[in-house]
Amino acid sequence: MSVDLKIRDVRKEYGAFPALNGVSLDIRQGELVALLGPSGSGKTTLLRAIAGLETLDGGKILFGDVDASSRSVQERNVGFVFQHYALFRHMKVFDNIAFGLRVRDKARRPTESAIKAKVLELLELVQLTGLEKRYPSQLSGGQRQRVALARALAIEPQVLLLDEPFGALDAQVRKDLRRWLRQIHKETGHTTVFVTHDQEEALELADRVAVLHKGDLQQIGTPDEIYDNPATPFVYAFIGESSAIPVTVQSGAAALDGAPLPVSRVAAEDGPARFFVRPEDVTVKELNGSSTVAGTVAALRRTGAYRRADIEVGAQRSRIEALLPSDAPISVGDKVGLVFQRYALFPADSAPATV
Amino acid sequence: MSRATFRTPSALPGFGLTFGFAWLWLTLIILLPLGGVILWAGSLGVERLIQIASDPRTLAALKVSFGLSLLAAALNAVFGLILAWILTRYDFPGRRLVDAAVDLPFALPTAVAGIALAAIYAPNGWIGALLPFKVAYTPLGIFVALVFIGLPFVVRTLQPVLIDLDRELEEASATLGARRPVTLARVILPTLFPALLVGFALAFARAVGEYGSVIFIAGNVPYVSEIAPLIIIMKLEEFDYGAATAVATIMLLISFALLLLINLLEAWTRRRLGHVS
Amino acid sequence: MSAEAATAPVGRSLASPTTESAGAKLLLIVLGLGFLALFLVIPLFAVFAEAFRNGVAVYFEAFEDPDTQAAIRLTLLVAAIAVPLNIVFGLAASWAIAKFEFRGKSFMLTLIDLPFSVSPVVSGMCYVILFGASGYFGPWLDKHGIQIIFAVPGLVLATVFVTFPFVARELIPLMQEQGTSEEEAALSLGANGWRTFWSVTLPNVRWALLYGVLLSNARAMGEFGAVSVVSGHLRGLTNTLPLQVEILYNDYNFVAAFAAASLLAGLGLVTLVIKSLLEWRYGGEISSKHRK
Repeated sequence: MSVDLKIRDVRKEYGAFPALNGVSLDIRQGELVALLGPSGSGKTTLLRAIAGLETLDGGKILFGDVDASSRSVQERNVGFVFQHYALFRHMKVFDNIAFGLRVRDKARRPTESAIKAKVLELLELVQLTGLEKRYPSQLSGGQRQRVALARALAIEPQVLLLDEPFGALDAQVRKDLRRWLRQIHKETGHTTVFVTHDQEEALELADRVAVLHKGDLQQIGTPDEIYDNPATPFVYAFIGESSAIPVTVQSGAAALDGAPLPVSRVAAEDGPARFFVRPEDVTVKELNGSSTVAGTVAALRRTGAYRRADIEVGAQRSRIEALLPSDAPISVGDKVGLVFQRYALFPADSAPATV
Repeated sequence: MSRATFRTPSALPGFGLTFGFAWLWLTLIILLPLGGVILWAGSLGVERLIQIASDPRTLAALKVSFGLSLLAAALNAVFGLILAWILTRYDFPGRRLVDAAVDLPFALPTAVAGIALAAIYAPNGWIGALLPFKVAYTPLGIFVALVFIGLPFVVRTLQPVLIDLDRELEEASATLGARRPVTLARVILPTLFPALLVGFALAFARAVGEYGSVIFIAGNVPYVSEIAPLIIIMKLEEFDYGAATAVATIMLLISFALLLLINLLEAWTRRRLGHVS
Repeated sequence: MSAEAATAPVGRSLASPTTESAGAKLLLIVLGLGFLALFLVIPLFAVFAEAFRNGVAVYFEAFEDPDTQAAIRLTLLVAAIAVPLNIVFGLAASWAIAKFEFRGKSFMLTLIDLPFSVSPVVSGMCYVILFGASGYFGPWLDKHGIQIIFAVPGLVLATVFVTFPFVARELIPLMQEQGTSEEEAALSLGANGWRTFWSVTLPNVRWALLYGVLLSNARAMGEFGAVSVVSGHLRGLTNTLPLQVEILYNDYNFVAAFAAASLLAGLGLVTLVIKSLLEWRYGGEISSKHRK
């Protein structure tokens, strides 16, 4: 039932504004993929294009080996869960879920008893057994979300698409539903794509995460790859926390205001560059010659279990944030030496790279 | 009742003056005169009221007024829906002009509309000449006039609702495999139903009391094409205030009962639908 | 299907899923506009066509009739009295209702709306019952030589009744939406009540007030049923222009009737144009319900 999803050089413009700049992406059968990006990144446009709710200006979308680009929404057989659920208010929960089966042509329409069995089975799956006679207005937000999912699953979709599935819910419900959606995915095995602007949600839930920015695909990879090896400055800045300081690269070595940086494997071209590092990858030590970068502690903050330090480095006093144990013996004004476990260098004027 | 509980204290001045004036004016212009009518009718006694109501000519006029008003409001509900739909959903040349033209029945004095409708639907009129049957001076003529004055109520009630209609509902229906006509019939129409009912009720209420645009085209044949307001005028001209107030009160009561019914139906559907985003 | 799509990457152009096919659109537009033409637009044209049926000269001759001239003057007089009364009431009622919280407010609002749901004939009849020859106060008025019914005061009363809600109805929702904070600011800066009203409240609602006055005036000049009941149809004395239209029409003087009607239709059209301009230009400042 579920299929591979191939997105080939998909382009979409709204007037002169490009919403998708030739995005290509392969999603494997049964995979759970997150489209992650800030608003305006094109993630929702891409999701709607897969569903057929947006027409393409170029490229194609394949469901398995079949080109879906020229098929109407109705013919695509996708399950779409809308951000605000879009439940039919005048129908009971049962009728909402049964809708997709009842509107089929006579030839393909199941019998009313088969529909009933299917709806009850889905209600059990989404843990709403007994609520089939309620109207949507009589349900909580989380319950509505689950009805919307059951309704989308009822048509046995080739692909399941979810637009900001937890966006309208409060934090606790959101967490519960996240775990539960993972569970449902495991049980049903649908090829699933969901859109989110919440990186925590994407990294926790998805098999792979596709990061979009201004209509370009920045990177696609497992949560580990995305977090540990960001492919572009945008991904580095967008996912997790990071500090970025201006440096210069010359013949394979990086320098901060003339002083060499104690880092290896510099692959960037010669010229101005930006040095990215995450707070947890910064170790604060005694100043120790050229093996550390000299800095001055400019500010200290206590955040929960950790202490965060802003450390000024170089002549321009660029700030690097470091994550320290709460009992770290350090105070504002201390001269310290920094060592970096993991970091990245990107050309200063680099256009967002595509994979 | 102490003033403090009667109104919430406020720093703004002028409450006593404006409140007092508004009530005085309401009492003099609305309450006393309408109260007079009801009081007069009430003083007749039930027996006399029933006698007036069961007068065959009056009964026929009430039937004409209410029956044709229901039919006209029903036709307006259909075409009002179509007009509201094309005005909010489609773009076509002159859309703004058409939108403004919907208000013509509000803007055109009823007597003007009355003689114009009578002229064009008369047997020798622009439209009347083309039709194989008589429109003006028959109940059909009354129907035409009532359709004329009721249309804007349906359109203006539906327009804001259509503008606010969530497109996601239609998209959801499409992703579930419903073709457009199915979506229209099973998703959009039921969602619009409460507003359609309100528009219908407003058009109906207006039609029942309508006089100016109807009398010129009605022909006013007793038992056939006399409307209830005309009976009231006739009774007043005979100085039979009792019969006039009685017919007026009966009209008010039937209208009120029907509107109450429609309001209940509307409240029931709205409560059921709730407000789900 | 995939082969066809390979040559044309976008494939066949797909209709948007949230709209009808071009054919259905066309059908609905034709149906809607046809209905509008049949019931609304053709009658409007008929008024002018009938008025000018025998040429421009005959059209203008119709206005030389002293009875018609008297009717025009009376219509202007009645509107000139009724509309200002509605403005005063509208401002007072909306100030009390929109700026204060008190018990019985919704009852008051219902009463203000009542004239909209009462038949015009019943609106006129109320005053006949009160002040007519056999009405409650008829004999007393007769003894003191005061004439209300079949005279100008009756016409004014009936007109005030039917135009009662227009101004208040436009002002109340807007003033409620605007709240009281600007007035409170003005008071805290030392302005007195009148000054606050003139300098703060009134400018904020001026377009809505104009809108209400416009609708109120159009109805006042065009009202037929209510004034018909109280007028007595005394030619040259108690006939407003709409009543004069009826008399001329019933006299089979069609051109004159339509000429007089064309004045009223012109008034209606001007009202409609100004109303549309106001909605278009000042929609947000009139009230949220007019926003398109």
